[in-house]
Amino acid sequence: MKKWTPYLLVSPYLLHVVVFVLFPVVFSVVLTFHSWNIISPMQYVGLANYERLFKDRLFWQAIWNTVRFLLVHIPLQILIALALAELLNRTRRGAGLFRAAFFLPVIVSGVVVTILWQQLLSFNSGLLNQLLTAIALPRVAWLDDPAVAMYSIAVMATWKNVGLYVILFLVGLQSVPEQYYEAADMEGATNWQKFRYITLPIINPTIFTVVVLSTISGFSLFIEPYIMTEGGPMNTTLSAVMYIYKQAFQYYHMGYSATLGFCFALIILFVVVVQKRYVEQDI
Amino acid sequence: MPQTLLKYLLLSLAALSFIYPFIWMVSASLSSESGLGSLVLLPQGFTWGNYATVFTKIPLGRAFLNSAFVAIVTTGLVLISGAMVGYALARLDFVGRSAIFYLIIFTMTLPFQITLIPNYITMVQLGWVDTYFALIVPFALSSLSVLLFRQAFQGLPQSLIDAARMDGAGELRIIFQILVPNILPTVLTITILTFMGLWNEALWPLIVIRNEPTMTMPQLVTLFSVGGRADAQLGVKIAAAVMLAIPIVVLYLFFQKHFIRSMATSGMKD
Repeated sequence: MKKWTPYLLVSPYLLHVVVFVLFPVVFSVVLTFHSWNIISPMQYVGLANYERLFKDRLFWQAIWNTVRFLLVHIPLQILIALALAELLNRTRRGAGLFRAAFFLPVIVSGVVVTILWQQLLSFNSGLLNQLLTAIALPRVAWLDDPAVAMYSIAVMATWKNVGLYVILFLVGLQSVPEQYYEAADMEGATNWQKFRYITLPIINPTIFTVVVLSTISGFSLFIEPYIMTEGGPMNTTLSAVMYIYKQAFQYYHMGYSATLGFCFALIILFVVVVQKRYVEQDI
Repeated sequence: MPQTLLKYLLLSLAALSFIYPFIWMVSASLSSESGLGSLVLLPQGFTWGNYATVFTKIPLGRAFLNSAFVAIVTTGLVLISGAMVGYALARLDFVGRSAIFYLIIFTMTLPFQITLIPNYITMVQLGWVDTYFALIVPFALSSLSVLLFRQAFQGLPQSLIDAARMDGAGELRIIFQILVPNILPTVLTITILTFMGLWNEALWPLIVIRNEPTMTMPQLVTLFSVGGRADAQLGVKIAAAVMLAIPIVVLYLFFQKHFIRSMATSGMKD
């Protein structure tokens, strides 16, 4: 082996990281101080993009929408995934089949899932409203009511992703030695006590994973509102990425769009660090 | 006994809620427009018409070939580059090795929101907008792939490498002929994750591809369903979605266990 062999092997990767990761990070910071429509020359504008961002109602709206999404998405995801994993954990026959079924939406494109749910949630002919009508309840404007639309998307995203978290929880649950539960039974522990003091500490890292991955997917929402609502009604489903996309490719505000991307990235990193501090602690 | 029954009842209900919508989707795509609203699973007024209409309105066959080409070529590049870097990090000693490891972690932690716009501008400057380069090159090397290869190579015995060196094998031969055949499960995991990610990706193509003949399948189906060209014909829209889903679902039927294991691996990594 020659001395420079290792460097030769890693050089394509390094070049790729420089071009598609390091340079973009630096360039993104540069862009935040400029106004640029990509055709005419860049103009230095100082902190104007940041000033604008703090006063931009839609920027705050996008954050608020993401928060509302996560408030429904995260608890729903944990509860359903944990419940299904518990059921599967005590099942021998047919477990593989159930697992495969839960996992189906995970592997299918978000485009497919969104088009499918758009029909399920349609006001006039959607399956959900047909079911409501069948049991004599009023129909709901799942995607057209500003108070409801984002939560509909949150439920859809849960339906799409929950299968993955069932598997992650199942891995955690199966690592609990059976003797622990037997010992607890002898001591006369209740089901809740067994869950709280044996199961929960072991699956806590998985809960952390679910919280972090869900947070990231909340800030990455794009195709769902793009297809279903175009950010409406009244911008209540405008997501972070969708707003970046709009500023860049509808208005050609490259500088401002980069500022949005930069600030959203900082927010994501900050939120994940906070979650790491408070969720991933020993319990 | 009643407990077991209840358990299976709950599991079946859950499974049904994940599968029923897909079956409904297939059935709706085969129904005439008037039979669409129905809840039942058999197509109402059976017709292939929706599929025929999709092909007259958008070049979906071409988009399928584009998607397949991009996904296969990119996955190949990810495997080759990942094995090379992963091997260097796992088995070779050189100055800067740990720095590269931290670089990988940094790359994986960085939210894509920050690089999205600058990377689009890079594509414009390189003149790659509306070319396959824009779809392939930015994804041709993956940090996750490097990390998984590194881990797999670390688990192999040094004697394997020493014996090959004694026979005068070069590093590339050691990697691809001697070591890679010993870690095929890892290769399969990376293949599945990369291929699936590329097949389903819609945002990046929407940004860098504007001319129809170069569009990928998820992009074309997205634009078709929001662009009004589906003319509010639900059946046609759904037929397009079914065709987008079919290739990956077929792969899933064959490699179901591997899909689940691969996704779980990538979930744990984050």
